[in-house]
Amino acid sequence: MGAAMKFDFSLILASAPDILRGIGVTLFIWVVCVALGLALGFLIAVARRYGGRVANAVLFVPVEVIRGTPFLVQVFLLYYGGPLIGLSLDNLPAGIIALSVYAAAYYSELWRAGFDAIPKGHLEAADCVGMGPVQTMTRIMLPEMTTLILPAMVNMTILMLKETAILSIISVPELTLTVSALGTQNYAFVESFTVLALIYWALVEACGGAGRWAERRLAKYRFA
Amino acid sequence: MSWKLFLLLLEAARLTVILSVVSIGVIGFLLATGVCAANMSQNRFARGAGWLFVSFFRGTPLLVQLLLIYYLLPSIGLDVPSEVAAVAGMSLCTAAYQAEIMRGGFAAVPTGLVEAADMAGMSRLTTFRRIRLPIAFKLTLPGLINEWIMMLKSSSLVSVVGVVELTRMAQDLAASTYRPLELYAAAGFIYLCISIVVALVGRGLEARLSWGRL
Repeated sequence: MGAAMKFDFSLILASAPDILRGIGVTLFIWVVCVALGLALGFLIAVARRYGGRVANAVLFVPVEVIRGTPFLVQVFLLYYGGPLIGLSLDNLPAGIIALSVYAAAYYSELWRAGFDAIPKGHLEAADCVGMGPVQTMTRIMLPEMTTLILPAMVNMTILMLKETAILSIISVPELTLTVSALGTQNYAFVESFTVLALIYWALVEACGGAGRWAERRLAKYRFA
Repeated sequence: MSWKLFLLLLEAARLTVILSVVSIGVIGFLLATGVCAANMSQNRFARGAGWLFVSFFRGTPLLVQLLLIYYLLPSIGLDVPSEVAAVAGMSLCTAAYQAEIMRGGFAAVPTGLVEAADMAGMSRLTTFRRIRLPIAFKLTLPGLINEWIMMLKSSSLVSVVGVVELTRMAQDLAASTYRPLELYAAAGFIYLCISIVVALVGRGLEARLSWGRL
Protein backbone atom coordinates (compact mmCIF):
# COMPACT_ATOMS: atom_id res chain seq x y z
CA MET A 1 0.00 0.00 0.00
CA GLY A 2 1.11 3.58 0.47
CA ALA A 3 3.16 4.20 -2.65
CA ALA A 4 0.71 2.29 -4.84
CA MET A 5 -2.20 4.44 -3.69
CA LYS A 6 -1.70 7.50 -5.81
CA PHE A 7 -4.80 8.50 -7.66
CA ASP A 8 -4.63 11.28 -10.20
CA PHE A 9 -7.96 12.44 -11.54
CA SER A 10 -6.62 15.37 -13.59
CA LEU A 11 -5.75 13.09 -16.53
CA ILE A 12 -9.34 11.91 -16.70
CA LEU A 13 -10.87 15.32 -16.26
CA ALA A 14 -8.66 16.72 -19.03
CA SER A 15 -10.68 14.54 -21.40
CA ALA A 16 -14.01 16.11 -20.46
CA PRO A 17 -15.12 16.64 -24.10
CA ASP A 18 -14.71 12.91 -24.83
CA ILE A 19 -16.62 12.04 -21.67
CA LEU A 20 -19.43 14.43 -22.59
CA ARG A 21 -19.68 12.82 -26.02
CA GLY A 22 -19.86 9.42 -24.32
CA ILE A 23 -22.65 10.66 -22.05
CA GLY A 24 -24.45 11.92 -25.15
CA VAL A 25 -24.25 8.52 -26.86
CA THR A 26 -25.40 6.74 -23.69
CA LEU A 27 -28.38 9.08 -23.28
CA PHE A 28 -29.24 8.73 -26.99
CA ILE A 29 -29.22 4.91 -26.81
CA TRP A 30 -31.19 5.03 -23.58
CA VAL A 31 -33.94 7.32 -24.91
CA VAL A 32 -34.28 5.41 -28.19
CA CYS A 33 -34.37 1.99 -26.52
CA VAL A 34 -36.82 3.08 -23.82
CA ALA A 35 -39.14 4.60 -26.44
CA LEU A 36 -38.95 1.54 -28.70
CA GLY A 37 -39.23 -0.82 -25.73
CA LEU A 38 -42.30 0.96 -24.36
CA ALA A 39 -44.02 0.96 -27.75
CA LEU A 40 -43.16 -2.63 -28.66
CA GLY A 41 -43.97 -3.77 -25.13
CA PHE A 42 -47.37 -2.10 -25.38
CA LEU A 43 -48.08 -3.85 -28.69
CA ILE A 44 -47.06 -7.20 -27.19
CA ALA A 45 -49.30 -6.64 -24.17
CA VAL A 46 -52.26 -5.66 -26.35
CA ALA A 47 -51.72 -8.62 -28.68
CA ARG A 48 -51.50 -11.01 -25.73
CA ARG A 49 -54.65 -9.61 -24.18
CA TYR A 50 -56.89 -9.12 -27.20
CA GLY A 51 -55.28 -11.41 -29.81
CA GLY A 52 -56.85 -14.60 -28.53
CA ARG A 53 -55.29 -17.62 -26.94
CA VAL A 54 -52.96 -18.38 -29.88
CA ALA A 55 -51.31 -14.95 -29.91
CA ASN A 56 -50.92 -15.14 -26.15
CA ALA A 57 -49.23 -18.54 -26.34
CA VAL A 58 -47.02 -17.55 -29.27
CA LEU A 59 -45.79 -14.38 -27.52
CA PHE A 60 -45.38 -16.06 -24.13
CA VAL A 61 -42.29 -17.98 -25.25
CA PRO A 62 -40.09 -15.11 -26.52
CA VAL A 63 -41.06 -12.87 -23.61
CA GLU A 64 -40.12 -15.52 -21.06
CA VAL A 65 -36.93 -16.50 -22.92
CA ILE A 66 -35.77 -12.88 -23.00
CA ARG A 67 -36.64 -12.39 -19.34
CA GLY A 68 -34.94 -15.65 -18.39
CA THR A 69 -31.58 -15.15 -20.10
CA PRO A 70 -28.80 -12.60 -19.49
CA PHE A 71 -28.86 -9.50 -21.68
CA LEU A 72 -25.16 -9.99 -22.44
CA VAL A 73 -25.86 -13.41 -23.98
CA GLN A 74 -28.68 -11.92 -26.07
CA VAL A 75 -26.35 -9.21 -27.36
CA PHE A 76 -23.67 -11.77 -28.24
CA LEU A 77 -26.24 -13.95 -29.98
CA LEU A 78 -27.45 -11.06 -32.16
CA TYR A 79 -24.08 -9.43 -32.81
CA TYR A 80 -21.89 -12.51 -33.35
CA GLY A 81 -24.54 -15.06 -34.31
CA GLY A 82 -26.59 -12.75 -36.55
CA PRO A 83 -24.15 -12.67 -39.50
CA LEU A 84 -24.44 -16.48 -39.83
CA ILE A 85 -28.13 -16.13 -40.66
CA GLY A 86 -27.63 -13.10 -42.89
CA LEU A 87 -28.18 -10.50 -40.19
CA SER A 88 -24.96 -8.50 -40.26
CA LEU A 89 -25.36 -5.45 -38.05
CA ASP A 90 -22.93 -2.77 -36.95
CA ASN A 91 -22.41 -2.59 -33.21
CA LEU A 92 -24.62 0.45 -32.61
CA PRO A 93 -27.74 -0.84 -34.43
CA ALA A 94 -27.18 -4.33 -32.99
CA GLY A 95 -26.97 -2.85 -29.50
CA ILE A 96 -30.06 -0.70 -29.96
CA ILE A 97 -32.11 -3.58 -31.38
CA ALA A 98 -31.03 -6.00 -28.64
CA LEU A 99 -31.68 -3.51 -25.85
CA SER A 100 -35.05 -2.44 -27.27
CA VAL A 101 -36.25 -6.03 -27.57
CA TYR A 102 -34.98 -6.77 -24.07
CA ALA A 103 -36.83 -3.73 -22.75
CA ALA A 104 -39.99 -4.63 -24.66
CA ALA A 105 -40.22 -8.01 -22.91
CA TYR A 106 -40.06 -6.37 -19.47
CA TYR A 107 -42.28 -3.39 -20.36
CA SER A 108 -44.90 -5.72 -21.85
CA GLU A 109 -45.26 -7.43 -18.48
CA LEU A 110 -45.72 -4.03 -16.80
CA TRP A 111 -48.33 -2.98 -19.35
CA ARG A 112 -50.04 -6.31 -18.77
CA ALA A 113 -50.17 -5.68 -15.03
CA GLY A 114 -51.63 -2.28 -15.87
CA PHE A 115 -54.40 -3.78 -18.00
CA ASP A 116 -55.21 -6.21 -15.20
CA ALA A 117 -55.50 -3.38 -12.66
CA ILE A 118 -58.22 -1.44 -14.48
CA PRO A 119 -61.56 -2.07 -12.79
CA LYS A 120 -64.12 -3.67 -15.10
CA GLY A 121 -66.69 -1.11 -14.00
CA HIS A 122 -64.68 1.69 -15.59
CA LEU A 123 -64.67 -0.10 -18.94
CA GLU A 124 -68.37 -0.82 -18.73
CA ALA A 125 -69.00 2.81 -17.85
CA ALA A 126 -66.98 3.94 -20.88
CA ASP A 127 -69.01 1.55 -23.03
CA CYS A 128 -72.26 2.89 -21.59
CA VAL A 129 -71.45 6.51 -22.38
CA GLY A 130 -70.75 5.44 -25.96
CA MET A 131 -66.95 5.41 -26.12
CA GLY A 132 -65.42 3.23 -28.85
CA PRO A 133 -62.45 0.92 -28.20
CA VAL A 134 -59.88 3.54 -29.26
CA GLN A 135 -61.43 6.24 -27.12
CA THR A 136 -61.69 3.87 -24.16
CA MET A 137 -58.01 3.05 -24.60
CA THR A 138 -56.75 6.62 -24.89
CA ARG A 139 -59.08 8.29 -22.40
CA ILE A 140 -59.68 5.63 -19.76
CA MET A 141 -57.22 2.76 -19.90
CA LEU A 142 -53.94 4.52 -20.73
CA PRO A 143 -54.25 7.33 -18.17
CA GLU A 144 -55.44 5.00 -15.42
CA MET A 145 -52.79 2.41 -16.17
CA THR A 146 -49.97 4.92 -16.47
CA THR A 147 -50.51 6.28 -13.00
CA LEU A 148 -50.72 2.80 -11.52
CA ILE A 149 -47.64 1.30 -13.15
CA LEU A 150 -45.54 4.47 -13.15
CA PRO A 151 -43.33 3.48 -10.18
CA ALA A 152 -42.51 0.14 -11.81
CA MET A 153 -41.96 1.86 -15.17
CA VAL A 154 -39.56 4.36 -13.60
CA ASN A 155 -37.71 1.48 -11.96
CA MET A 156 -37.34 -0.37 -15.27
CA THR A 157 -36.34 2.79 -17.09
CA ILE A 158 -33.56 3.43 -14.56
CA LEU A 159 -32.48 -0.18 -14.99
CA MET A 160 -32.28 0.44 -18.73
CA LEU A 161 -29.89 3.35 -18.22
CA LYS A 162 -27.53 0.98 -16.41
CA GLU A 163 -28.01 -1.80 -18.98
CA THR A 164 -26.65 0.51 -21.72
CA ALA A 165 -23.22 0.05 -20.11
CA ILE A 166 -23.25 -3.58 -21.27
CA LEU A 167 -23.14 -2.40 -24.89
CA SER A 168 -19.54 -1.32 -24.28
CA ILE A 169 -18.67 -5.03 -24.44
CA ILE A 170 -19.54 -5.06 -28.16
CA SER A 171 -17.65 -1.76 -28.58
CA VAL A 172 -20.56 0.64 -28.85
CA PRO A 173 -18.85 4.00 -28.21
CA GLU A 174 -20.96 4.97 -25.21
CA LEU A 175 -19.91 6.26 -21.82
CA THR A 176 -18.39 3.09 -20.36
CA LEU A 177 -16.30 2.35 -23.45
CA THR A 178 -15.14 5.98 -23.73
CA VAL A 179 -14.01 6.18 -20.12
CA SER A 180 -12.42 2.70 -20.15
CA ALA A 181 -10.42 3.79 -23.17
CA LEU A 182 -9.23 6.84 -21.25
CA GLY A 183 -8.21 4.52 -18.44
CA THR A 184 -6.17 2.41 -20.82
CA GLN A 185 -4.54 5.41 -22.53
CA ASN A 186 -3.49 7.05 -19.28
CA TYR A 187 -2.98 3.82 -17.40
CA ALA A 188 -5.37 5.20 -14.79
CA PHE A 189 -8.00 2.49 -14.37
CA VAL A 190 -9.14 3.16 -10.83
CA GLU A 191 -9.51 6.90 -11.45
CA SER A 192 -11.42 6.45 -14.68
CA PHE A 193 -13.80 3.82 -13.32
CA THR A 194 -14.42 5.95 -10.22
CA VAL A 195 -15.33 8.91 -12.41
CA LEU A 196 -17.48 6.59 -14.52
CA ALA A 197 -19.35 5.28 -11.48
CA LEU A 198 -19.94 8.83 -10.22
CA ILE A 199 -21.35 9.92 -13.59
CA TYR A 200 -23.78 6.98 -13.71
CA TRP A 201 -24.72 7.60 -10.11
CA ALA A 202 -25.58 11.23 -10.88
CA LEU A 203 -27.56 10.24 -13.99
CA VAL A 204 -29.51 7.56 -12.12
CA GLU A 205 -30.27 9.84 -9.17
CA ALA A 206 -31.46 12.54 -11.59
CA CYS A 207 -33.66 10.02 -13.37
CA GLY A 208 -35.06 8.78 -10.06
CA GLY A 209 -35.81 12.37 -9.03
CA ALA A 210 -37.63 12.99 -12.32
CA GLY A 211 -39.62 9.80 -11.75
CA ARG A 212 -40.66 10.85 -8.24
CA TRP A 213 -41.68 14.25 -9.62
CA ALA A 214 -43.81 12.58 -12.31
CA GLU A 215 -45.39 10.33 -9.68
CA ARG A 216 -46.35 13.37 -7.61
CA ARG A 217 -47.75 15.12 -10.67
CA LEU A 218 -49.84 12.14 -11.69
CA ALA A 219 -50.92 11.24 -8.16
CA LYS A 220 -54.17 13.17 -8.55
CA TYR A 221 -55.30 10.79 -11.29
CA ARG A 222 -54.76 7.74 -9.09
CA PHE A 223 -57.94 5.94 -8.15
CA ALA A 224 -56.52 2.95 -6.26
CA MET B 1 -23.44 -28.66 -31.70
CA SER B 2 -21.57 -31.57 -30.31
CA TRP B 3 -22.13 -33.02 -26.87
CA LYS B 4 -18.55 -32.25 -25.97
CA LEU B 5 -19.11 -28.52 -26.36
CA PHE B 6 -22.36 -28.69 -24.41
CA LEU B 7 -20.64 -30.55 -21.58
CA LEU B 8 -17.96 -27.85 -21.45
CA LEU B 9 -20.72 -25.27 -21.12
CA LEU B 10 -22.36 -27.27 -18.35
CA GLU B 11 -19.04 -27.53 -16.57
CA ALA B 12 -18.70 -23.73 -16.75
CA ALA B 13 -22.31 -23.32 -15.62
CA ARG B 14 -21.25 -24.98 -12.39
CA LEU B 15 -18.99 -22.01 -11.68
CA THR B 16 -21.86 -19.65 -12.50
CA VAL B 17 -24.02 -21.45 -9.93
CA ILE B 18 -21.26 -21.51 -7.30
CA LEU B 19 -20.46 -17.81 -7.77
CA SER B 20 -24.16 -16.97 -7.61
CA VAL B 21 -24.89 -19.01 -4.49
CA VAL B 22 -21.86 -17.65 -2.65
CA SER B 23 -22.35 -14.00 -3.59
CA ILE B 24 -26.14 -13.71 -3.88
CA GLY B 25 -27.40 -16.29 -1.40
CA VAL B 26 -24.71 -16.08 1.28
CA ILE B 27 -22.49 -12.98 1.33
CA GLY B 28 -24.95 -10.63 -0.38
CA PHE B 29 -27.83 -11.81 1.78
CA LEU B 30 -25.88 -11.42 5.04
CA LEU B 31 -24.56 -8.03 3.96
CA ALA B 32 -28.11 -7.00 3.06
CA THR B 33 -29.43 -7.86 6.52
CA GLY B 34 -26.71 -5.62 7.97
CA VAL B 35 -27.51 -2.77 5.58
CA CYS B 36 -31.22 -3.20 6.24
CA ALA B 37 -30.58 -3.05 10.01
CA ALA B 38 -28.55 0.13 9.49
CA ASN B 39 -31.33 1.65 7.39
CA MET B 40 -33.94 0.89 10.06
CA SER B 41 -31.81 1.90 13.04
CA GLN B 42 -32.38 4.92 15.27
CA ASN B 43 -28.83 6.12 14.65
CA ARG B 44 -28.70 8.88 12.05
CA PHE B 45 -25.17 8.05 10.90
CA ALA B 46 -26.03 4.40 10.40
CA ARG B 47 -29.07 5.40 8.37
CA GLY B 48 -27.00 7.83 6.30
CA ALA B 49 -24.33 5.24 5.62
CA GLY B 50 -26.99 2.68 4.68
CA TRP B 51 -28.66 5.14 2.33
CA LEU B 52 -25.33 5.98 0.69
CA PHE B 53 -24.52 2.30 0.21
CA VAL B 54 -27.89 1.48 -1.32
CA SER B 55 -27.93 4.57 -3.50
CA PHE B 56 -24.45 3.97 -4.89
CA PHE B 57 -24.75 0.27 -5.61
CA ARG B 58 -28.21 0.62 -7.11
CA GLY B 59 -27.22 3.77 -8.97
CA THR B 60 -24.26 2.44 -10.92
CA PRO B 61 -24.09 -0.39 -13.47
CA LEU B 62 -22.83 -3.71 -12.10
CA LEU B 63 -20.36 -3.80 -14.99
CA VAL B 64 -18.77 -0.56 -13.79
CA GLN B 65 -18.72 -1.79 -10.18
CA LEU B 66 -16.97 -4.99 -11.26
CA LEU B 67 -14.37 -3.12 -13.32
CA LEU B 68 -13.75 -0.66 -10.48
CA ILE B 69 -13.29 -3.41 -7.90
CA TYR B 70 -11.19 -5.50 -10.28
CA TYR B 71 -8.70 -2.64 -10.72
CA LEU B 72 -9.06 -1.18 -7.24
CA LEU B 73 -8.08 -4.31 -5.30
CA PRO B 74 -4.55 -4.63 -6.78
CA SER B 75 -3.97 -0.87 -6.58
CA ILE B 76 -4.46 -0.96 -2.83
CA GLY B 77 -2.08 -3.91 -2.62
CA LEU B 78 -4.56 -6.79 -2.65
CA ASP B 79 -3.49 -9.22 -5.35
CA VAL B 80 -6.42 -11.60 -5.43
CA PRO B 81 -7.75 -13.81 -8.23
CA SER B 82 -10.45 -12.31 -10.42
CA GLU B 83 -13.02 -14.66 -8.90
CA VAL B 84 -12.68 -12.73 -5.64
CA ALA B 85 -13.30 -9.40 -7.39
CA ALA B 86 -16.32 -10.99 -9.09
CA VAL B 87 -17.79 -12.26 -5.82
CA ALA B 88 -17.11 -8.93 -4.11
CA GLY B 89 -18.79 -6.94 -6.88
CA MET B 90 -21.83 -9.19 -7.11
CA SER B 91 -22.24 -9.37 -3.32
CA LEU B 92 -22.11 -5.60 -2.84
CA CYS B 93 -24.52 -4.94 -5.69
CA THR B 94 -27.10 -7.54 -4.71
CA ALA B 95 -26.84 -6.53 -1.04
CA ALA B 96 -28.08 -3.05 -1.94
CA TYR B 97 -31.09 -4.47 -3.78
CA GLN B 98 -31.87 -7.14 -1.18
CA ALA B 99 -31.60 -4.59 1.65
CA GLU B 100 -34.23 -2.42 0.00
CA ILE B 101 -36.52 -5.41 -0.51
CA MET B 102 -36.13 -6.37 3.16
CA ARG B 103 -36.82 -2.82 4.29
CA GLY B 104 -40.00 -2.85 2.22
CA GLY B 105 -40.99 -6.12 3.89
CA PHE B 106 -40.53 -4.78 7.40
CA ALA B 107 -42.38 -1.59 6.50
CA ALA B 108 -45.33 -3.69 5.29
CA VAL B 109 -45.75 -5.59 8.57
CA PRO B 110 -49.16 -4.40 9.85
CA THR B 111 -48.66 -2.10 12.85
CA GLY B 112 -51.74 -3.61 14.50
CA LEU B 113 -49.92 -6.92 14.90
CA VAL B 114 -46.91 -5.25 16.49
CA GLU B 115 -49.18 -3.29 18.83
CA ALA B 116 -51.07 -6.45 19.72
CA ALA B 117 -47.79 -8.20 20.56
CA ASP B 118 -46.85 -5.25 22.75
CA MET B 119 -50.24 -5.43 24.48
CA ALA B 120 -49.79 -9.15 25.04
CA GLY B 121 -46.63 -8.30 26.95
CA MET B 122 -44.02 -9.44 24.45
CA SER B 123 -40.67 -7.75 24.78
CA ARG B 124 -39.30 -5.88 21.74
CA LEU B 125 -36.94 -8.73 21.00
CA THR B 126 -39.68 -11.34 21.23
CA THR B 127 -41.96 -9.22 19.04
CA PHE B 128 -39.18 -8.98 16.49
CA ARG B 129 -38.38 -12.69 16.61
CA ARG B 130 -41.94 -14.02 16.64
CA ILE B 131 -43.98 -11.36 14.80
CA ARG B 132 -42.02 -8.91 12.67
CA LEU B 133 -39.28 -11.21 11.36
CA PRO B 134 -41.45 -14.13 10.18
CA ILE B 135 -44.03 -11.84 8.59
CA ALA B 136 -41.40 -9.67 6.91
CA PHE B 137 -39.66 -12.82 5.66
CA LYS B 138 -42.86 -14.06 4.12
CA LEU B 139 -43.56 -10.68 2.54
CA THR B 140 -40.04 -10.31 1.10
CA LEU B 141 -39.61 -13.81 -0.26
CA PRO B 142 -41.14 -13.18 -3.71
CA GLY B 143 -39.06 -10.02 -4.11
CA LEU B 144 -35.89 -11.76 -2.97
CA ILE B 145 -36.39 -14.65 -5.38
CA ASN B 146 -36.95 -12.17 -8.19
CA GLU B 147 -33.71 -10.43 -7.24
CA TRP B 148 -31.80 -13.73 -7.08
CA ILE B 149 -32.91 -14.57 -10.62
CA MET B 150 -32.01 -11.08 -11.91
CA MET B 151 -28.60 -11.32 -10.26
CA LEU B 152 -28.00 -14.84 -11.53
CA LYS B 153 -28.40 -13.46 -15.04
CA SER B 154 -26.21 -10.47 -14.22
CA SER B 155 -23.48 -12.89 -13.15
CA SER B 156 -22.73 -13.19 -16.88
CA LEU B 157 -21.00 -9.80 -16.53
CA VAL B 158 -18.15 -11.28 -14.49
CA SER B 159 -16.97 -12.78 -17.78
CA VAL B 160 -15.58 -9.30 -18.47
CA VAL B 161 -13.07 -9.49 -15.61
CA GLY B 162 -11.82 -12.83 -16.86
CA VAL B 163 -13.77 -15.34 -14.81
CA VAL B 164 -14.44 -18.34 -17.03
CA GLU B 165 -18.05 -18.95 -16.12
CA LEU B 166 -20.84 -19.89 -18.49
CA THR B 167 -20.84 -16.75 -20.65
CA ARG B 168 -17.05 -16.57 -20.90
CA MET B 169 -16.85 -20.25 -21.80
CA ALA B 170 -19.44 -19.74 -24.54
CA GLN B 171 -17.41 -16.77 -25.79
CA ASP B 172 -14.15 -18.73 -25.82
CA LEU B 173 -15.73 -21.73 -27.54
CA ALA B 174 -17.52 -19.49 -30.06
CA ALA B 175 -14.19 -17.91 -30.95
CA SER B 176 -12.39 -21.22 -31.39
CA THR B 177 -15.15 -23.12 -33.23
CA TYR B 178 -16.71 -20.22 -35.21
CA ARG B 179 -20.15 -21.32 -34.08
CA PRO B 180 -21.45 -18.35 -32.08
CA LEU B 181 -25.09 -19.03 -32.93
CA GLU B 182 -25.29 -22.49 -31.35
CA LEU B 183 -23.02 -21.68 -28.44
CA TYR B 184 -24.76 -18.52 -27.30
CA ALA B 185 -28.16 -20.14 -27.81
CA ALA B 186 -27.02 -23.10 -25.70
CA ALA B 187 -25.64 -20.79 -23.01
CA GLY B 188 -28.94 -18.90 -22.98
CA PHE B 189 -30.80 -22.21 -22.69
CA ILE B 190 -28.72 -23.21 -19.65
CA TYR B 191 -29.34 -19.82 -17.99
CA LEU B 192 -33.04 -20.22 -18.71
CA CYS B 193 -33.06 -23.67 -17.09
CA ILE B 194 -31.28 -22.38 -13.97
CA SER B 195 -33.70 -19.42 -13.74
CA ILE B 196 -36.69 -21.76 -14.04
CA VAL B 197 -35.31 -24.03 -11.30
CA VAL B 198 -34.80 -21.05 -8.97
CA ALA B 199 -38.30 -19.79 -9.76
CA LEU B 200 -39.82 -23.21 -9.07
CA VAL B 201 -37.94 -23.60 -5.79
CA GLY B 202 -39.16 -20.12 -4.86
CA ARG B 203 -42.72 -21.04 -5.77
CA GLY B 204 -42.42 -24.11 -3.52
CA LEU B 205 -41.05 -22.06 -0.63
CA GLU B 206 -43.85 -19.53 -0.99
CA ALA B 207 -46.42 -22.32 -0.96
CA ARG B 208 -44.93 -23.73 2.24
CA LEU B 209 -45.17 -20.29 3.80
CA SER B 210 -48.82 -19.87 2.88
CA TRP B 211 -49.91 -19.79 6.54
CA GLY B 212 -51.83 -16.82 7.83
CA ARG B 213 -52.79 -14.69 4.86
CA LEU B 214 -52.40 -11.01 5.71
